[in-house]
Amino acid sequence: MVSGLTINERQGAIVILVLLAVIGTVMAAAAGRTGDPMSVHGFIVLLFSLAVLAAVFWGYYTPAPDEGRLKSYYDDPSKAGIILAMIWAVIGMFVGDWVAWLLAYPDLTFDAAWSSFGRLRPVHTTGVIFGFGGNALIATSFHVMQRTSRARMPDQLSPWFVLIGYNLFCILAVSGYLLGITQSREYAEPEWYADIWLVIVWVTYLVLYLRTLARRKEPHIYVANWYYLAFILVVAMLHIVNNLAVPVSYAGAKSYSLFSGVQDAMTEWWYGHNAVAFFLTAGFLAMLYYYLPKRAERPIYSYRMSIVGFWGITFFYMWAGSHHLHYTALPQWVQTLGMTFSAMLLIPSWIAAANALLTLNGAWHKVRDDATLRFMMMAAVFYGLTTFEGSFMAIRPVNSLSHYTDWTIGHVHAGALGWVALITFGSIYALVPWLWKRERMYSLKLVEAHFWLALAGTLVYVFAMWNSGVIQGLMWRTYNESGTLAYSFVDSMIAMHPYYITRAIGGLLFLAGALIGCYNIWMTIRRPAPVAESARGDAPLPAALQPAE
Amino acid sequence: MLRTHYRLERKSVLFALAIVVVASIGGIIEIAPLFTIGGTVETDPDMRVYTPLELAGRNIYIREGCYACHSQMIRTLQDEVERYGHYSLAVESKYDHPMLWGSKRTGPDLARVGGKYSDHWHTEHLNNPRDVVPQSVMPAYSWLLRDELKVSDLSAHLKAQRAVGVPYTDDMIANAPADAVAQASPDDDTEGLTKRYGKATQIRDFDGNKQSVSEMDALVAYLQILGKLSGAAHAPQAAQKTAGN
Repeated sequence: MVSGLTINERQGAIVILVLLAVIGTVMAAAAGRTGDPMSVHGFIVLLFSLAVLAAVFWGYYTPAPDEGRLKSYYDDPSKAGIILAMIWAVIGMFVGDWVAWLLAYPDLTFDAAWSSFGRLRPVHTTGVIFGFGGNALIATSFHVMQRTSRARMPDQLSPWFVLIGYNLFCILAVSGYLLGITQSREYAEPEWYADIWLVIVWVTYLVLYLRTLARRKEPHIYVANWYYLAFILVVAMLHIVNNLAVPVSYAGAKSYSLFSGVQDAMTEWWYGHNAVAFFLTAGFLAMLYYYLPKRAERPIYSYRMSIVGFWGITFFYMWAGSHHLHYTALPQWVQTLGMTFSAMLLIPSWIAAANALLTLNGAWHKVRDDATLRFMMMAAVFYGLTTFEGSFMAIRPVNSLSHYTDWTIGHVHAGALGWVALITFGSIYALVPWLWKRERMYSLKLVEAHFWLALAGTLVYVFAMWNSGVIQGLMWRTYNESGTLAYSFVDSMIAMHPYYITRAIGGLLFLAGALIGCYNIWMTIRRPAPVAESARGDAPLPAALQPAE
Repeated sequence: MLRTHYRLERKSVLFALAIVVVASIGGIIEIAPLFTIGGTVETDPDMRVYTPLELAGRNIYIREGCYACHSQMIRTLQDEVERYGHYSLAVESKYDHPMLWGSKRTGPDLARVGGKYSDHWHTEHLNNPRDVVPQSVMPAYSWLLRDELKVSDLSAHLKAQRAVGVPYTDDMIANAPADAVAQASPDDDTEGLTKRYGKATQIRDFDGNKQSVSEMDALVAYLQILGKLSGAAHAPQAAQKTAGN
């Protein structure tokens, strides 16, 4: 890996890592004096930077790459990113299934603080959203931006900084929850110093993206890049505003958010819903817009639909966050705006989904035969279903039933498993043979097995949660003949038990599929017999992939 | 229209700027007025602040991720009001940095749980929920009884709270560690504490162990104050005002 860096870049890496090691030492020392848990994070930063430093020194005296490298794309960070994404997938999904079993059997804990549901649950959400999803987005964006721009990245150091720095953020996040370090803001739990670190990493990411685009030999920016750009820009905006906080002490982890009460709730769900929009939707639509047409060898169905879908999603989503706060102390005008825009959001969402599915016209026989393409097709279907469900649940009276129940959990997982994870697995199965210059995956049968496990797991999970959610919601609002509430809260909890077990089994199926995927990817990488240099993925893009004139 | 876009997508920086502008509009229109429109948060001149012990308890609630399963926001629906009490008003979480409205009820809402159960019940329940509710799926938090509460840094916590807008006085900040201990030690001198935080301050040995101030003391003190910081929900004109929102 170090062999791809120029001597200057190797020295730059050493400077950055030494600086990081110093920061880690200072954090450990300053927080250690008061016994604050941030000291553990100091040690983690120190060890992390020393480990990467060791790797840089290990490869420091390998010969520097020659000028010939500039004629090819730079894919080492993408390769590392895919492996990291799969590692996080297994961690995040394992913890997810673990907490699912905890809800069915609450005594499966070890009388330890770190192993209770409340601390493990954000490990699951951060592990899958930011660990798995984020690494997959970074890895694929590096790959896609170079191909669609027909330009190599401007340097070799900044992509590594983005990837490795981002993973340091993820490690700080999940280890923090286990230590009890959290802001309690859903999907934005990491504390102030981790947030500042992410801003540094993210700005580097944006600059790298724009610099690569600036070097492009294609006059037009391809639609996948619009989505990646929106993902990077808007996530930066959301992250900064939502995490504004005042630390209790610079030598401690705890901070208090700048906003309180109703304003804080609105800011949090403006963030929360648009993290869904721009992290879990825009970024993955970028994958869909590149890997699906490439794999199907069909041009995108409609340029016009791409444009309308993109700007519709970018504009409408930002209004929708308040549908998380129906019937609360949030002023009703904001709730109404949120509901209205959530309903309208269905239009650009379905345009994007339809554009993907119509692209498959003429290639449906490939969908039948090729599990990789089927992953992507099924992802587009789930995207359409989930966005419909989302708009539906944002309608106030529907939300009065669904909110606070497992229905929300079911909805999120229809999106996260059915859409986000399936498009990611499909893209990775397409990408791995291209990047490692193999003819195909090690075993197509295993891809097939993964597909059916993933689909079965998703359906079992989602149906279980739909059932439990609706039952829960109905039990809470049912009155008996004498006009009093018919069920106690405990009654509704007992009714959930079979569904919690079913859900955990669904999650287990999905996890099993991911493990098979890891094995298959590992065997593909290990297998020798590289194909010729002009691997399929690097062939010039077909002209049809350019925006229609 | 298409031609404009056809030209726009040749300019990367312009395209990026267009994304930022288009994506900012919704958030600005929905969030900014919440800080300026008068009726957004009801006024309550008698609103209490959290005592240092309650604030420490709140931080334990956050640390353990209680918000993942318990909401603190009663919606304006009949069944919720009957189950949990008067619907939540914006003013009641005015000093909540961050708010803990929650998004999921794996367990019941806690917005008005204060005073609903005894301290003893809470302590037993947190120690092992299945001792008092056999069907409960809540984790046991037995270490809260074992771990002593850290009070030494509470002054810094109150100071940071003041920096974000909670009206703690210099007196409150200076005495925060002592006040935290005093609130859980009814046999000691608690005059300063009631002078600073009002006569309604609940001063009890919450966890039933007089030897020390444990994390359990703090968490139970917090749970017992939920829904009691403000009387606005029970004042007739406040209820009308929200209904008109």
